[in-house]
Amino acid sequence: MHTLIAEGLRKRYGDLAALDGFDLHVPAGVIHGLLGPNGAGKTTAVKALATLIDLDEGSASVAGFDVRTQAAQVRRRIGLIGQNAAVDEVLGGRQNLVMFGRLYGLGKTQAQERADEMLSIFGLSDAAEKAVSTYSGGMRRRLDIAAGLLLTPAVLFLDEPTTGLDPRARNEVWTTIREIAARGTTVLLTTQYLDEADQLASEISVMNHGKIIAQGTPTELKRHVGGDRVTLTLALRDRLDRVAEKLGPTATVDEDTRTITVELAGESLAGIIRTLDDLGVTPEDLQLRRPTLDEAFLALTSPEAVR
Amino acid sequence: MTTIRAGWILTQRELAHWVREPWAPIFGVLFSIMLLLVFGFLFGGAITLPGGGEYIDYLLPGMMALSMMFGVESTATAMANDAKKGITDRFRSMPIGSASVALGRVGADMTNSAFELLVLIVGGLLVGWRITSDPASAALAVLLLLLLRFAVLWIGIFLGLSFRGGGATAAVQVLVWPIGFLSTAIVSAETMPAWLGAIAAWNPLSATATAVRQLFGNPTGVTAGILQDGAVWLALAWPLVLTAVFVPLSARAYRRLRA
Repeated sequence: MHTLIAEGLRKRYGDLAALDGFDLHVPAGVIHGLLGPNGAGKTTAVKALATLIDLDEGSASVAGFDVRTQAAQVRRRIGLIGQNAAVDEVLGGRQNLVMFGRLYGLGKTQAQERADEMLSIFGLSDAAEKAVSTYSGGMRRRLDIAAGLLLTPAVLFLDEPTTGLDPRARNEVWTTIREIAARGTTVLLTTQYLDEADQLASEISVMNHGKIIAQGTPTELKRHVGGDRVTLTLALRDRLDRVAEKLGPTATVDEDTRTITVELAGESLAGIIRTLDDLGVTPEDLQLRRPTLDEAFLALTSPEAVR
Repeated sequence: MTTIRAGWILTQRELAHWVREPWAPIFGVLFSIMLLLVFGFLFGGAITLPGGGEYIDYLLPGMMALSMMFGVESTATAMANDAKKGITDRFRSMPIGSASVALGRVGADMTNSAFELLVLIVGGLLVGWRITSDPASAALAVLLLLLLRFAVLWIGIFLGLSFRGGGATAAVQVLVWPIGFLSTAIVSAETMPAWLGAIAAWNPLSATATAVRQLFGNPTGVTAGILQDGAVWLALAWPLVLTAVFVPLSARAYRRLRA
């Protein structure tokens, strides 16, 4: 049973195809990461599924209801958290949640009780009466997410929830998202960051140019991207090629920065250091790092990438 | 029913804003009072009215009409801010009627403007302005002022939904001044060059200002022409026409958010 189904979604803005045959199937109760660079169409996809925009083509359903013909039913079952924290900055946190709760159809007392409950779940009870303009970025985001969860939706859309947050606030939001999923809500999370999708999602769809170009668990996707990389900076440019040759087929040379990048797939870090030792080369700098999203895209869009 | 309920909840949101930040509406009122003092006492001595009468009696109804028209700016700004911050999208993703957002705006802005009008009336009475007509006419005058506010509210909603960048509100802030001054709100059209006076006489703001002067029993600065005979009818017709044009345009702008 899929909670989110999108089939062949198309949406044009002038010459730009924001959605160009977008397909997605998300089972109930998971965190699904929608990963892609700026302009890939992630926000358009979320807005289409959240009944905010009209589609040119295709069909989509959320929690069993058609987004085109049963928008009212869909809206009772979703929470939408957009890129900005869409809360009233003048009002207090509690006032915000009571207002949104009442808009969702709760009675006054009911809305107040629910607001207090959410404030305590999201650790905002102490700041409940303070104006949201005095909140930190992470607190504002948590309030924003709390507002989207007032009716315990079947599906929560989170559109780049950590963009612009400092690392501490980002960790707060990550914890929140994990807790939401643990309570059984299906989460569709868009992000530009590979590590965010990796941390949170049990399945990731990679999106580019309005469609899904790859899908799988984080482990499956990383297999396409390859393992960690080691980047060596050498003092002398003329030794680059000779060293790279000894480091195996995954080694690539950048003459300008005097660096060699090696994938840590067959080669171990100890092996690399031994090879350098044998050659009598001491690198100026040696860095171990994860694959970047750029590298993921290069790998995923290459011809041998599996769909 | 749910639309009206949601509209009322959104109106209450604005009322809660005033409790939280009373300086915003207070500053609005202070601004009106400042304009009143500048025109009434600084410039007033140099102004002679066609048809005679005290300038302060002429000015007060003009200031009231002007402050109703200036409301377009706060409406447009509030709409544009909500859209920019994603609050409008959140409302749109909720199970509320599509007219709720506009209704909330109407409720909030009409309340705000009614309060502003009350302050101007009380302030005017304190500086020597007098109502010399009967209560029924005076009540009609107040209703015509609120009708003008209602009409420009829809212009503000349309502008706020259509042009969401900050530039649009800046444009409105600048444009209300020539539109406000090119009317009989502050000075009589009959003291302007003929062609300019003709334009000013056809300004909807002039119709309301003149009608309200007639209904309050104040000097109108009008001795002939369309405003002399038909100001009250024009003050009814103009806002109704503007409303009839801008309600559908606003609805269209709201639907176009789905594009």
